[in-house]
Amino acid sequence: MSTLPAHDLKDRRSPDFPSAALPLLQDVQLRSNVRHATGVIQGKRARVVGEMPDWQALRDAGQRIRAHTLEYLDFYLEQFEQRCSAAGGHVHWARDGAEANRIVLALAQNSTRRVIEIKSMTTEETGLNRALEAAGISPVETDLAELIVQLGHDKPSHIVVPALHKNRQQVRELFARTMNLPDLGERPEDLAEAARLHLRRQFLSTPVAISGANFLIAETGGVCIVESEGNGRMCLTLPRRLISVAGIDKIIPRFQDLEVMLQVLPRSATGERMNPYNSVWTGVHSGDGPEEFHVVLLDNRRTEVLRDAEARETLHCIRCGACQNACPVYRQTGGHAYGSVYAGPIGAILTPQLAMMESGQSLPYASSLCGACYEVCPVKINIPEILIHLRGRVVTGRPNALRAFHPEAVVMRAMQWIFSNSTRFSVAQRAGRIAQRPWIRRSGWIEHLPSVLGGWTRTRDLRPLPPQSFREWFQARNHASTSSPKSSEAPHD
Amino acid sequence: MTDATLHGPLSARSEILARIRSANREVFGADRDLTPDESWRTIPRAYRHNSPLTDAGRIQLITERLIEYGAGVYPCRSAQVADNVAEILRSRRKQNILVSSDVDPNWLPHEGPTYVYDHALSYSEIEACDGVLTGCTVAIATTGTLALCHTSAGSRRALSLLPDYHLCVVDAATIVETVPEGFHALEPHRLQPITLISGPSATADIEMTRIQGVHGPRVLDCVIVV
Repeated sequence: MSTLPAHDLKDRRSPDFPSAALPLLQDVQLRSNVRHATGVIQGKRARVVGEMPDWQALRDAGQRIRAHTLEYLDFYLEQFEQRCSAAGGHVHWARDGAEANRIVLALAQNSTRRVIEIKSMTTEETGLNRALEAAGISPVETDLAELIVQLGHDKPSHIVVPALHKNRQQVRELFARTMNLPDLGERPEDLAEAARLHLRRQFLSTPVAISGANFLIAETGGVCIVESEGNGRMCLTLPRRLISVAGIDKIIPRFQDLEVMLQVLPRSATGERMNPYNSVWTGVHSGDGPEEFHVVLLDNRRTEVLRDAEARETLHCIRCGACQNACPVYRQTGGHAYGSVYAGPIGAILTPQLAMMESGQSLPYASSLCGACYEVCPVKINIPEILIHLRGRVVTGRPNALRAFHPEAVVMRAMQWIFSNSTRFSVAQRAGRIAQRPWIRRSGWIEHLPSVLGGWTRTRDLRPLPPQSFREWFQARNHASTSSPKSSEAPHD
Repeated sequence: MTDATLHGPLSARSEILARIRSANREVFGADRDLTPDESWRTIPRAYRHNSPLTDAGRIQLITERLIEYGAGVYPCRSAQVADNVAEILRSRRKQNILVSSDVDPNWLPHEGPTYVYDHALSYSEIEACDGVLTGCTVAIATTGTLALCHTSAGSRRALSLLPDYHLCVVDAATIVETVPEGFHALEPHRLQPITLISGPSATADIEMTRIQGVHGPRVLDCVIVV
């Protein structure tokens, strides 16, 4: 991995998906790492989902719980705020990432030069670590994969397994260098042990921790965090002050709803029946855990997503990453090609919406619409349909002048004119047969087309127009049938 | 209007809530027929709730699942718990054992280990123990999950986190089969801190190879009291 695209959610300079994907596709090591990891998770997921006779009923319930929550989101947020405050927590509201970061900074600044963090897509989205560093506070990522990403000055490439693009030799090399452990082995056990020793003192001595949240429970004001390593439990138990940053979409109505979420999430995310640790806590608990607890509720344009009736189910997402593992595009490119915090199919629909369709316009096209993502989604987000809907929004969002003269629009208008009249259509076919001659290769395929049409053949070959069209064959057959009914042979096309 | 008076007209809180309301009005219209509670009750829950398994079947299932996670499982009769605990701690070579307040004193062997009780211990003192002995509020067989409700300071969360070894005693009567049954049993404890433990701490972050023991206890043993 030499250079990486910029990852700001709203960075308009980040290259479009095809340009960003090209160098990544040439990175043989990266592709092999991504293919291996996604293949393993998919296999495990298929096994533990296959053994559930009620899997579809769980998906239906999951979908309805999420849709219901969004329909009454204002009610549930207020209820969460009230119950969490009653239990001794403090609830803050942030319109955007910058406001969330300011709240966190104000809470951390006077008490510490260092904070420990649990892997969170939400703080990645707000760019919290950069804000902390700018204020002179060092954030320490405690999830093994996030630690790998942080020590390597890299970017996460997967929602659940952020360093899935690195193999063990690469991690060993990184740890040996940054932790000064020249004799470190390369077995995953050795690497986990190194991380354990590296982080243990930090867990015990850092006064402030920052986390995301998997679920906010409106009924109780509680928070649920789902993890594997125990770094999450360390962060939310040991420090004096805990700050959880959560999107407003993370709400579930009741404690009982965890019975659905904690069945579908682990099986979809890591292919486990249950992940090793799930923690639920409510405000502050005297004699157990932090003395001070804050929740920052983040909008950051989620309310804009809510406004689009056809795309709002994007917010059903519970961040399991199953769509990434299933996606034939993601499996080729890995996450960095998406140039966004959220990669893969869910990133392709979430990123442009969170950016108000001002950037990431190429992402809804980064899909073959095969539907694998929809099939594995534990809360049944119809990603292919939303992709098509957003493609429509990309086109209608173009400025009027550009819209009329965009090459695609010009070609489409010309096609419409030709296709709507049979004479024009057959003239065009005859003309096409002549015009295509210089472009047909010895293989019998058209491999390159000139100018704007070249976009089509950049990644695919075309069959030439056949020597006889169906209509021509049909007419010839009618003429011939008066003399000999079986003389005509159907054209191959 | 309470929003505006409490938080000012331009507070983030009132602005976000207003945006949500206006978005939902655009999508669903001004009035909705059902209250949140009524609407919540219409959510279909056709998934499995109750278990067909017998007591023995549940014990067998949770044993298989825990072993698959790499945990040690030791079923025994209630009169033999102390002997079993002594034997397990001896073979694991664990001497200083932290005892959570939810542990039945009858489970503790009289000879062998040194017991440490949590009277406002520091984190370093907790970490210095060889292991921790806890009970379990509810166990879920299908997923091999031990649910610990931290009801008092004497059973606080750090106890089962910092030591490298966790021995959990599970009363077979608390074992349910399905996750919904488990959450039903946890419902009365929903305001307490709850930790669901499914095997020793683990990671698959490197090449998706599951390895045991990162930051939480690296070894988990479970005595099931039949």
